Amino acid sequence: MIHTRGLARDFRAKKEVVKAVKGIDIDVSPGELVAFLGPNGAGKSTTLRMLTTSLRPTRGTATVAGHDVLAAPVEVRRAIGYIGQGNGVSHNHRIVDELVDHGRFYGMTGRDARRRAAELLELLGLAGMAKRSIGTLSGGQRRRADIALGLMHRPALLFLDEPSTGLDPQNRANLAEEIVRLRAELGMTIFLTTHYLEEADQLAERVLIIDDGEVIAAGSPAELKATLAGDRITLGMADEVAAKSAAALLEGSARETTVSGATVILTVENGESALPRTLRALDAADLPADTAKLRIPTLDDVFLSLTGRTLRDADAA
Amino acid sequence: MSFFSDTAKVFVRESRPIFYDPFTPVFSLAQPLVFLALLGPLVAATPGIPGESPWQWFVPGIVVMVSLFGTSMTGSNLQYEMTTGSHERIMVAPLNRAAIMTGKALKEIAPLVVQGAIIVLVMLPFGFRLYPLGALLGLAILAVLGIGLGALSYALALASQGKEWLFWGVQQTLLFPLLILSGMMLPLEQGPAWMRAVSTVNPLTYIVEAERTLFAGEYAWDVVGPGVVAAVATAAVGLTVGILTMRRQTV
Ligand SMILES: Nc1ncnc2c1ncn2[C@@H]1O[C@H](COP(=O)(O)OP(=O)(O)OP(=O)(O)O)[C@@H](O)[C@H]1O
Ligand SMILES: [Mg+2]
Repeated sequence: MIHTRGLARDFRAKKEVVKAVKGIDIDVSPGELVAFLGPNGAGKSTTLRMLTTSLRPTRGTATVAGHDVLAAPVEVRRAIGYIGQGNGVSHNHRIVDELVDHGRFYGMTGRDARRRAAELLELLGLAGMAKRSIGTLSGGQRRRADIALGLMHRPALLFLDEPSTGLDPQNRANLAEEIVRLRAELGMTIFLTTHYLEEADQLAERVLIIDDGEVIAAGSPAELKATLAGDRITLGMADEVAAKSAAALLEGSARETTVSGATVILTVENGESALPRTLRALDAADLPADTAKLRIPTLDDVFLSLTGRTLRDADAA
Repeated sequence: MSFFSDTAKVFVRESRPIFYDPFTPVFSLAQPLVFLALLGPLVAATPGIPGESPWQWFVPGIVVMVSLFGTSMTGSNLQYEMTTGSHERIMVAPLNRAAIMTGKALKEIAPLVVQGAIIVLVMLPFGFRLYPLGALLGLAILAVLGIGLGALSYALALASQGKEWLFWGVQQTLLFPLLILSGMMLPLEQGPAWMRAVSTVNPLTYIVEAERTLFAGEYAWDVVGPGVVAAVATAAVGLTVGILTMRRQTV
């Protein structure tokens, strides 16, 4: 559905060249739900804009929905839906009119567009506001209107640039549900960017981690966590001697073992079953642990092990 | 052809806010009346205005001027849409590029029909004579001109993205000289030779001449023809420049 080779974009800002995207290769198959994860300025929006024909690539190629973005942009536009990072709905317009006109842009009939608009307004909790002008809505309501816009014409391939930013937890959950439902119903392919690690974790089958214009890792959340972070068991032993003995005993069953003072830290494959097994082994060897803590890694740990920074640090930088 | 249906779709979308609040256009309708009230008496007192009455000469000029002001603003609305995401959303929709610009320009031109009608109504008691067919043809030429100017304004807004002052600087710097050097407000016949020379290469001159002829109910094709050519050429150049500017940024 999406194939890019060496896709890159430079910006010129005050005589300086900003290499926003540095030649990335992406492959997304039909029906996949892929999340693009990375800190501010990593190049997520720039990549999405190149894939949706709104920005001209500096180098490289991109095929989207079977068409080359440079050679056949109109065919690409017809096949995709795009919810950008900014507000797609114009502040001077009424929500329902923006939705209907948007549907018309994609060749829907007036009747079809009105029916679909009513459906989406209901779904996104905006039914009571259909006739309100967008400028009078709250940020989260506006964002929901943007999302309705992108779903109007039921595209086979949908791009969402930080769709859940500004939504409260309830609406974020609704959106996630809707994305999953749409996909099951229409066999949609979805490519989204997000800042919410949990969202990428729960929703995406595959995560692409992007940093400083480059894709630095790709895989399912479980794969990434298992290979790049691993579950971590922290054991509090009686003293340093006991800790060293425990480490020697457990070395074979853990991927990595470190001792610091009376604490042993093990990196293991499947922490939930490894923890009781470890405790039983320690008891049998007469080296009982005083405390035991299991930490299942998040995608943030993955990012940390890849870059030495957490996503939060990277965002603040 | 998708150009015409897309133009209609864009035009409908652009025009919506006018219908939400029917009183907003009242102010834009008042603008030509202000010009008429303040400039009209000066022009009427100027000797050497050709034609039956000075109004017959002056009213078409005002109509052209109002259309210039309106359509050269096309890009300023775009500037606002570029700061939100709504311009980007339109660029990603499968719409004909020329139709996007034409639809937006026509939205600025549409009030001209009402403005023109009001000007005519107000001027009738002062001895202005209306020739409906000529006036309609005149407005049609202005619509074609407006598409070109709207597209140029659109391209200017795209090119000056992030530098709003540049848009206004260029728009104002070009608009007023073009306007004065077309003989729209004051006759150039008594002006210095250089002004008359410049006016011969100003496409607006031919359009203003054509409008005056048509509004006088004369269908002199040797005058109207060049006006039509100037309007069509402006539209062609404007749309080409606009499409090329879009292509430089998007694909
Ligand atoms: N029009 C532009 N001119 C100059 N530099 C730009 C432009 N657009 C983006 N950049 C730069 O390109 C880099 C990537 O920006 P991009 O918007 O793709 O980041 P992002 O991953 O979407 O970040 P965020 O999470 O903040 O949305 C940044 O360093 C940004 O400053
Ligand atoms: Mg972004």
